[in-house]
Amino acid sequence: MADSIMVKVETLNKSFGNLHVLKDIDLTVKDREVVCLIGASGSGKSTLLRCLNFLEVKDSGTIFIGGEKVEEATHDLNQVRTRVGMVFQHFQLFPHMTVIENIIEAPVHVKKIPKDQAYQEAKELLAKVGLSDKETVYPGKLSGGQKQRVAIARALAMKPDVMLFDEPTSALDPELVGEVLATMKKLALEGMTMVVVTHEMGFAREVADWVVYMHDGRIVEAGPPDKLFSSPTEQRTKDFLDSVL
Amino acid sequence: MEWLNKFIDSYPVFLKGMLLTFELTAVAIFIGIFIGLFFAFLKISKIKILEWIADLYIFLIRGTPLIVQIFVFYYGLTSLNISQFSAVVLGLAFHNGAYIAEIFRGAIQSIDRGQMEAGRSLGMNLKLTYRRIILPQALRRAMAPLGNQFIIALKDSSLAAFIGMYELFNVATTYGSNSFDYMTYLLIVAVYYLILVFIFSILLRYVENRMAISD
Repeated sequence: MADSIMVKVETLNKSFGNLHVLKDIDLTVKDREVVCLIGASGSGKSTLLRCLNFLEVKDSGTIFIGGEKVEEATHDLNQVRTRVGMVFQHFQLFPHMTVIENIIEAPVHVKKIPKDQAYQEAKELLAKVGLSDKETVYPGKLSGGQKQRVAIARALAMKPDVMLFDEPTSALDPELVGEVLATMKKLALEGMTMVVVTHEMGFAREVADWVVYMHDGRIVEAGPPDKLFSSPTEQRTKDFLDSVL
Repeated sequence: MEWLNKFIDSYPVFLKGMLLTFELTAVAIFIGIFIGLFFAFLKISKIKILEWIADLYIFLIRGTPLIVQIFVFYYGLTSLNISQFSAVVLGLAFHNGAYIAEIFRGAIQSIDRGQMEAGRSLGMNLKLTYRRIILPQALRRAMAPLGNQFIIALKDSSLAAFIGMYELFNVATTYGSNSFDYMTYLLIVAVYYLILVFIFSILLRYVENRMAISD
């Protein structure tokens, strides 16, 4: 599967009313690749990510997931979403369920996996994100960093082909950012395909295979991190990097 | 003490009345919950015509007295030919259904939109996400106002007296007029209502606490 294409976006456009938030976006994410979307707030990077999971409906353009062209009108989006995991800025754990119940919810009710098997897999995922001792705890009792790691485990439980991260550390206290980034890095090293909207330039530089800078609904510049961060060709990219680094 | 004697003498009849009051309320609330859920879903359906139907229903029910609605079921819709019990239950159920619909709608809409997105992002369909994620949380949030509404329904069931049902209030006024001692029996019936409401409150608090364990 080396070099096969996991996500492909062609001339994607999206507006909210009069606000044109995505303008002719082209993006390709290969299998096992980590792509980081960077840019100022309002540049459209989160909207782009949400389009990939069909939480936002595009106005025009084409989206391929795993080589398959996905049409909102004809495809079973629920089925597509089982292959595209999503981690949100504000975690969105289900507060009325324990940690383990959060993780097995979709495998049991969507994929119809037997409960004890789902439970075993959930335990392994919890171990992987370093939260084995929190199995029967409710989300309200967890720190932000722990919540986000559970959210990652919950998304992984569906065994997705690609994971989307929408500013996964932006709502965290600074001292909790590291544990979440470490978990994501581990995931990247295991070969998970990832698209990450982030303000963590250190993470992008270290983990990403490809960095995409967006401004005002357009992709201004994209490239490998060592090139994009050290010698950007566009003036706007330079200005942005100067302001955040 | 004379009051206590009258209380003790009359208690078998009052207990019967209390049982009827409880039955009327319990059945009406049970049906009212389903009516409320139904209209709450119409309201959040984002389909204009369904929203209008729900708005019209709530407008009519909230805008007219409960006693009128009970009379409509009993004296008005004579072709239905329903019993006193059914008329009161239907009146109470449709009346409370309108308020319960608004309680449910508010509770459902108060759940973070991100919860729906989280469910959908895991491949759960709309129905499953409502059933497993949104409604359990909304129900928890609705418990306090629902409890209030149930207590209001309990007391409103006294209107059944006006179509001749021997629930608590009618028992009291009958004793009152027969003995020319209204005050004594009004105080007695107040005690029965207070006991009923007290039991209701304890039950509701128990349910609320059980639901709140996770928070």
